[in-house]
Amino acid sequence: MKRLFLAATLLAAAPLFAQEPLKIGVIAPFSGPFADYGRQFEGGIKAFMKVNGDTIAGRKVEILYRDTTGPNPEIAKRFAQELVTRDKVDFLAGFGLTPEALAVADVATEAKKPMIVMNAASSIVTTKSPYIVRFSMTLQQVSAPMGAWAAKNGIKKAYTLVSDYAPGIDSETGFKNAFTAAGGTVADSIRVPLRNPDFAPYLQRVKDAKPDAVFVFLPAGEQGIAFMKGFQERGLAQAGIKVIATGDITDDHVIDAMGDVALGMITTFHYSAAHESPENQAFLKAFAEVAADKGRPNFMAVGGYDGMAGIYEVTKKLGGKIDGDKAMEAFKGLKLASPRGAIAIDPATRDIVQTVYVRKVEKRGASYYNVEFDRIADVKDPGKP
Amino acid sequence: MTGGAQIAEMARPRIEAMAEGLSTARWTLTEVAFWLVPVACFFLLSDYLVLGSQILITALFALSLDLVLGYAGVVSLGHAAFFGLGAYTAGLLGRHGWGEPLSGLLLAAAVAALAGWLTSFLVVRGRDLTRLMVTLGIGLLFFEAANKAAFVTGGVDGLSGVTMWKLFGVFRFDLGGKTAYAYSLVVLFVAFVFARRLVASPFGLSLRAVRENATRMPALGASVRSRLVIAYTIGAALAGIAGALLAQTTQFVGLDSLGFQRSAELVVMLVLGGAGRLYGAVIGTALFMIAQDWLSGLNPVYWQFWIGLLLVVIVLFARGGILGVADQAMAAWRRKAEP
Repeated sequence: MKRLFLAATLLAAAPLFAQEPLKIGVIAPFSGPFADYGRQFEGGIKAFMKVNGDTIAGRKVEILYRDTTGPNPEIAKRFAQELVTRDKVDFLAGFGLTPEALAVADVATEAKKPMIVMNAASSIVTTKSPYIVRFSMTLQQVSAPMGAWAAKNGIKKAYTLVSDYAPGIDSETGFKNAFTAAGGTVADSIRVPLRNPDFAPYLQRVKDAKPDAVFVFLPAGEQGIAFMKGFQERGLAQAGIKVIATGDITDDHVIDAMGDVALGMITTFHYSAAHESPENQAFLKAFAEVAADKGRPNFMAVGGYDGMAGIYEVTKKLGGKIDGDKAMEAFKGLKLASPRGAIAIDPATRDIVQTVYVRKVEKRGASYYNVEFDRIADVKDPGKP
Repeated sequence: MTGGAQIAEMARPRIEAMAEGLSTARWTLTEVAFWLVPVACFFLLSDYLVLGSQILITALFALSLDLVLGYAGVVSLGHAAFFGLGAYTAGLLGRHGWGEPLSGLLLAAAVAALAGWLTSFLVVRGRDLTRLMVTLGIGLLFFEAANKAAFVTGGVDGLSGVTMWKLFGVFRFDLGGKTAYAYSLVVLFVAFVFARRLVASPFGLSLRAVRENATRMPALGASVRSRLVIAYTIGAALAGIAGALLAQTTQFVGLDSLGFQRSAELVVMLVLGGAGRLYGAVIGTALFMIAQDWLSGLNPVYWQFWIGLLLVVIVLFARGGILGVADQAMAAWRRKAEP
């Protein structure tokens, strides 16, 4: 009798469980110097839910946004702990900055919660917990293709100039390895201070070395503008030196602010708002509707969009019942048609495999865009052993 | 009067400060009640213990600055250097196989104290503006050094893989933050008792005398320099303990632990609560962090506006921070009560 009663309550509880909301905790900076990251995630997530509805496998989707206020790993970790213990979320998502993702990794492991990385781009992130899956990119994933492409397209001698911090050094490594492996030579490498560098002396050194191209990694925004202005004033373009970079510097969100100085820059990246595909059109339309105040969506918004797409796919596969280990199995090998093109999750590393595009900055009407003209398909993270 | 003293001056009228003196050695009922609050929170607000532990840790950090700024009158915008140093010390120990919490704390305190002692000679040389610049510079030096030494510190990516052993071999650092909270509370309390004893001692009184009139002290046969060196070193050691606590309870150390933002925010918290009073450090921190958590939960984008507004209001209308207002209210009430 007792057993029967137990079975009956379990049966009664099952549909009840299915109707509980699917909770997703999004941890990202929404204020402070990196506020754009969080806002782009939010726009991307909203755009996805606009297109695909707010219910999946019978469960209503509830997003809990948490603001880390900047690079602040201990706050990120605290939010993750609270989301897991207090709010009982099914997924942890977001993560604009690598330290915040790394600090949360232990929480994901201990709580067995899938952790969906929508930006944090250092190679090591996915190695820190078996519950991490990344829907963005790694720095070497986009800088190495530039090395290979440059060597194939008439650039024999390159000079590298990067910001002196982990992402800059990662990009430099990725580019150098691929470039020298393809037969190019790196004349010299400069690392400039992260804050307020004066580019003039560095640019002079680049000019004196007479390379075919200079590979640049700088944080998006003012530094990119300052660099390009100096580049033109000192006549490096006239000296026949090309600028090649990863797409961070001509990010869709800041490219209009850069204006004419950016014209002609060649970059490699995984997403451009100018990407031509029905998926991207749908994404741009939805983004403009739900997040008109957030400007043009960039790769982070796409990271948010695809992260949600991954969550929806996995929830559908599991029939709405989220178990950490089963969810991770479902993430492995997942294939999606993203606004950026076809993407997949590498089953071995849980990191993203995607097409990297070679683009050139062009003016279309009053706006500037990264127009894709070449591509390298199925690029894995070269930083992984 | 120096600028540091001005900030401290906002804290309380001068005569009162002197009259209090050594008599504060006895614990009042209010104080006992005050310390029962965090203990009660442990049992009543078990969903908020992670936030609680971080408030307690930051309170300890604020307490360390209070000794330097509020009591000794040395303005500092680089106090996070010692916090970060302590955090990295404990973090690196944990990463490389020594995860025992208490010895980690002590070692972090020692390292931070050493750094504090060495840099104190630079700091005590100048006056307020110089000190501001020197402490700011020291903070930036430590930050950039940690960024450069990425092979040790992990650079911008931060130091991960910090493994902590169980506290006393029994209490694991759990997701709910129970251990972290209790641990932080006990450490804060011990540090507080020490600081309380220190400021009530003749040494503490002489610090206040330095703050009020640094030129007169040598005339009394007391060395200003040596007193400030000691105060600065103790402040650094306590900041190091706070940093180590954070590293141990979050098992991660970010480069931001050395950042200017952290130093600056700390000054804000201290002024908010009332500099030159030990309880001001604790109350200001708690208020700031609870407000931040609450406001950023309401609207993640605009919380800084409200914090800013609160600070402006406090500075304009509430000299001496929250505790200063409380004191004035008490005094007014007493005057009324007396016929």
